[in-house]
Amino acid sequence: MGSYLDRSQSGPFAGDPRMSGRVPGAAGSPPAGFMNRQTSSFTDFLASHSPGLLPGGTVPAEVVQGTPGQAIRDLPHATTIVAAACDGGVVLAGDRRATAGSMIAKRDVEKVFRSDEFSAMGYAGTGSVGIEFVRLFQVELEHYEKMEGRSLSLEGKANRLAFMVRGNLGAAMQGLVVVPLFVGYDEDSGHGRIFSYDVAGGPYEESRFYSIGSGSLFARGALKKLYVDNMPPRDAVLACVQALYDAADDDSATGGPDLTRRIFPVVATVTAEGFRKLPEAEAEQVAQEVVQSRMIRPDGPSAPLLNS
Amino acid sequence: MSMPFYVSPEQQMRDKADYARKGVARGRSCVVLEYAGGILMVAPNSSSALHKISEIYDRIAFAAVGRYNEYENLRKAGVTYADITGYQFDRHDVTARGIANYYASNLGTIFTESPKPWEVEIVVAEVGTQPDDDQIYRITFDGSVTDEPGFVAFGGQADQVSAALKEHYSEGMSLSEAFAAALSALSAPGNGERTEFVASQLEVAILERARDHRTFRRIRAARLEELMAEARSASDAAEPDSAPEGSPPSSPSAPSAPRDSGPATGPDPSSSDRGTGLGGGSPL
Repeated sequence: MGSYLDRSQSGPFAGDPRMSGRVPGAAGSPPAGFMNRQTSSFTDFLASHSPGLLPGGTVPAEVVQGTPGQAIRDLPHATTIVAAACDGGVVLAGDRRATAGSMIAKRDVEKVFRSDEFSAMGYAGTGSVGIEFVRLFQVELEHYEKMEGRSLSLEGKANRLAFMVRGNLGAAMQGLVVVPLFVGYDEDSGHGRIFSYDVAGGPYEESRFYSIGSGSLFARGALKKLYVDNMPPRDAVLACVQALYDAADDDSATGGPDLTRRIFPVVATVTAEGFRKLPEAEAEQVAQEVVQSRMIRPDGPSAPLLNS
Repeated sequence: MSMPFYVSPEQQMRDKADYARKGVARGRSCVVLEYAGGILMVAPNSSSALHKISEIYDRIAFAAVGRYNEYENLRKAGVTYADITGYQFDRHDVTARGIANYYASNLGTIFTESPKPWEVEIVVAEVGTQPDDDQIYRITFDGSVTDEPGFVAFGGQADQVSAALKEHYSEGMSLSEAFAAALSALSAPGNGERTEFVASQLEVAILERARDHRTFRRIRAARLEELMAEARSASDAAEPDSAPEGSPPSSPSAPSAPRDSGPATGPDPSSSDRGTGLGGGSPL
């Protein structure tokens, strides 16, 4: 991470007057780079003030020249995230595994985060860049809220995230790929909504459910059979954990519930009451239920062949 | 023919300071004080959109008096400073002291370098995890910073309001007691023409110690009405001798006053408070 010790800032909080968005030289103009800002976006400000702090912003030249090296391929990668809209909100869940090549890098990584009171995000891809993304996006939303005295609309948040993903395209081409999944509660319509992205940005609004990451195909297949419109939040949580189980079943990079170490998926709901991460005990209970039912039928619940 | 006048630097600085001081004194006072559960900020402000009190960071708030465009600029710069520091390092590394110093150096430079000083006065408050860690800094137009223990009144007729606040303030007050103290300080003689506030004329916010993450919360509408009612009954209970015939605060009833104020602040006789407000015929 950069600071004013690298070339990204000219001095402690002084900034480069040409880049800080203020009009230089006017009589009586304030001396600091933080005054008279033209934008309420933290990311835009960071890009002009200290671009070195942006996620994936400093890819070394030798990497830009060639193809992604072994070093980048062996960075820890986060895997599967699933989301499902439910009655009056949305559920977001992620497994706990991070992989580095064919190795398991970490068993208890968290990939589902609160982004603000009424939204949450998860990511798949390079872990280190993903963490920076989440932090930057959290600050972005809070910063806007404080500067303007109101929250961004849900579309505004989703679009903002799209620009940030797009800004990472150069690094993504070199192998530092991060793709987020963004969910939120729309206070105007009273529904939960899901937005997906690709490496070049987005957003693409998804109806009902979606998943990203290496196990996403299996998870989505499972959700397709389990999902019912307007499920109660509790059922949607169960469906998401079932889907993660199926993803872990068939994808080596996705981790299932770890009963011996007591590591269970991270599940969050976003409803009119705001963001809520399921406490450890509650997540464990849901995961145990799923595991118990798989003891009887390892492939999970079966869907009817035809609609009755 | 015009003569270039010589103005001594001393005179120049004095003129600037007078100008800024007058600008700050033109408005109404704002008070910031600690209470048991955090820090309370109260400002007379009839606008619900243009704030005098705002959030800077998780545990840090900003209150200002003076010219709106000037302190709004400072507020935004403070938010930027806090967010960039927190992003670059960690959320715990953003402190009120850092922000107060940032404001002080900027206001100091503006005061010396710009032809027109900024007519603002600012308070930066931080709520700690323990009451002892609470901090309140006051920064004036020339960049001087003072550390204010417990409470501060600034802007407008700050001296009168501060004196009144000192009289009513005590450590470890509840929120409604602190609010009552703030209200009586703000309606001290000399601070504007009104003495009785209604909820729509006040901007009230707190930094709540027990909350995690973002502790700043505005108190408005129904909650504010509720708090005003609580504060009124709290101040009635604290000064039972002030109700009858508007007798000025004096000490002829001194022997009875401390005895009455003891139990009234307790939780039990809230219904009988209204009865004891008139003529002290307490059944006790």
